[in-house]
Amino acid sequence: MMSKTLKDLAPGEKARIKAVSGNGSVRRRIIEMGLVPGVELTMERYAPLGDPVEVSNPGFFLSLRKEEADTIVLEENAEEEQ
Amino acid sequence: MDEKRIVIALAGNPNSGKTTIFNNLTGARQHVGNYPGVTVEKKEGWLKHRGFEIEVIDLPGTYGLSAYSPDEVVARNVIVNDKPDLVVNIADASNLERSLYLNTQLKELEVPIVLVLNMADVAEKNGITINYELMSQLLGMTVVRAVGTKNEGTVTILDAVVNTFAGEDKPSERMLRYRPEIEEEINSLLELPFAGRQSGSPSSEAAAAAGNLDGILNYPLRWTIIKLLERDRELTKELENNSEGKVLLKQIEQSRQRITDKTGDDPEMALVEDRYAFIRGVCREASQITVISKQSLTEKIDNVLLNRALGIPLFLGMMWLLFQLTFTLGTPPMEWIEAGFTALGGWLNEVMAEGLLRSLLVDGIIAGVGGVIVFLPNILLLFLGIAFLESTGYMARAAFVMDKVMHQAGLHGKSFVPMLIGFGCTVPALMASRTLENPRDRLVTMLVTPLMSCGARLPVYTLLIGAFFAPQIAGNILFSLYIIGIVLAIIMARVFRAWLLPGESEPFVMELPIYRLPTLKSVLIHMWERAWLYLKKAGTIILALSIVMWGLFTFPTVDKEGYEFESAVEQVENSYAGRMGKVIEPVLRPLGFDWKTGVALVAGLGAKEIVVSTLGTLYSIEDEEGLAEEEEPVVKSFAQRAREQSGYSPLVAYVLMLFTLIYVPCLAVVAVMKRETNGWKWPLFTVGYTIVLAWVVCFLVYRGGLLLGIG
Repeated sequence: MMSKTLKDLAPGEKARIKAVSGNGSVRRRIIEMGLVPGVELTMERYAPLGDPVEVSNPGFFLSLRKEEADTIVLEENAEEEQ
Repeated sequence: MDEKRIVIALAGNPNSGKTTIFNNLTGARQHVGNYPGVTVEKKEGWLKHRGFEIEVIDLPGTYGLSAYSPDEVVARNVIVNDKPDLVVNIADASNLERSLYLNTQLKELEVPIVLVLNMADVAEKNGITINYELMSQLLGMTVVRAVGTKNEGTVTILDAVVNTFAGEDKPSERMLRYRPEIEEEINSLLELPFAGRQSGSPSSEAAAAAGNLDGILNYPLRWTIIKLLERDRELTKELENNSEGKVLLKQIEQSRQRITDKTGDDPEMALVEDRYAFIRGVCREASQITVISKQSLTEKIDNVLLNRALGIPLFLGMMWLLFQLTFTLGTPPMEWIEAGFTALGGWLNEVMAEGLLRSLLVDGIIAGVGGVIVFLPNILLLFLGIAFLESTGYMARAAFVMDKVMHQAGLHGKSFVPMLIGFGCTVPALMASRTLENPRDRLVTMLVTPLMSCGARLPVYTLLIGAFFAPQIAGNILFSLYIIGIVLAIIMARVFRAWLLPGESEPFVMELPIYRLPTLKSVLIHMWERAWLYLKKAGTIILALSIVMWGLFTFPTVDKEGYEFESAVEQVENSYAGRMGKVIEPVLRPLGFDWKTGVALVAGLGAKEIVVSTLGTLYSIEDEEGLAEEEEPVVKSFAQRAREQSGYSPLVAYVLMLFTLIYVPCLAVVAVMKRETNGWKWPLFTVGYTIVLAWVVCFLVYRGGLLLGIG
């Protein structure tokens, strides 16, 4: 089963990071920016041309391309929603 | 004497307000240069506080100290090699967790730190209360509050610096501890006989290793090991170069494997997670969020500026406005400067006897350098606009809006920033390209940035447009040139990406800083730094080239038989410059250019502004034939003369502008590019490709124009 990633989040939706896949400098940059497991992110918007996207975490706004957003695996927060 | 001197390094994330604090601390007493070997900008400043002479080194803004960008490598090398007495780390108080990450990295470099929580006003407005005392204890360093934009906390920072330096405030030596599985590996690696630091008698093999590893072990040992566990690129590369290093790397790999086995996490992630866990703990204890923040101003602004429908039109509108302001506001002061230079030339003509010296001063130096300084108002306004957009935070949004287009062109949203600065001057633009971490992305950006029409090309456009086009369409003609530059840059970037430098492009992980109204002072300082580069160019390279060009036009003064030329036109035609123009005329003929244009274009190889001053010189020399028009402003008389004497049609004038836009960036750019790319290959390639491209584009436009019956 495909796991849900940051790319799948619609504007306004929130989710917690479960893991960051990918490797090398991209991943390093992402995690050093504080996108580590457990952190909650809000999808703010897609850019006018659909890519990149902007996410926020209280305190700051970060933009990344969809291909990078796809490496950020999210928790399925089914229980929280109920 | 020596003990009264403190060297501090200013560290901090990009957008933490570091530059504002730097300006508050040092005022105008600063010096901008480069770090040796790399083109990362190095700013230094000086000040006095409580009898101490304090030298401030401004480190590049970084999020961490990994080896992924030249900025980060420079920052850590300065701390390790230049050994500042302490580091002042500027953190964004409204974004504590992310800001403190760099702090944990600095701490591991074993340097005393004073932590400044900047933008405290924003944090307080967002309902964040910080217990500075407690945070100082938890982090083991002095933590102070500051609001850079209101110049609050400047004295407190300096007091903390002096107290820490004098030993009154004692930073704790305690290091951040990672999870036990990692600490275990770090400790066992620390047991290895490193560089003779280990007591006891290391084996001869180890002793040899110690000698060879000396260069690497300049860094604190614990930090080095942690970085190696994170597979730090620079350090690993250094170790790979010697056999003992390879042995160490093998040990590191085994440790990494054990960490992965035990924790189920790879070491990179585990280390970063532990740092953030530590930071979160500190923040939870020492800060409190009392108000649930509602939608911030930044979000409201972005809802409009980054709107899916409005984002791109607003961006284009912003750029259009920038250029309109530059030219509308810039014209009156431009006319005053012009009048000043004309008066100076006229005065010299009166007080000096006719002869070579007067000719050199008036026709060479004043005409050449004056013709460039005249455009200073425009350039100042353009730099002012760009500095404003940068400091408000809009520049990052521009990259966000443009990334898709840029990415498709084989570039990066961030390439947009150097390219935009390229509209001012290519030299700082090439320097700005260092924010691109991927070397291929950076190189492609550098190769196409010269196609962004820089401020130096503006004089050429202004004069030719003034002479050949009606004022009503002048703005549109100008805009079209800028657009053509952008389109060509995108096409060429695609070509280079596909054929020359294929491969993965850099990720687009970029912070969108909150909007801020910058202080006038910091915008002005920013503008001035860039304008200064332009003026320095006018003062040095352009002065020298103006003299050379004057010489090429003036000599020989007599013909082969030793007789004076009958007319000034004949003299110019037979001068060295004239001969050069004639040689390349056949190549330029298909574009509608004559030998004079050829001369000007040859002159412009040095610096684009000189195309104008050369045309000016050409026509002012010819002018002596007819009426003396000394009192008339340079531009106007040039416009008249150009129309009357050049025989250009508006089409040819447009093609000439196009050629000027595309062909060879100036000498300064070639020099900077050589330094940035560490060799002559890419600057020479740029020279070659731009000449060919200029010719092809101009040929198509000229022939196409003729076919359509224009001109």
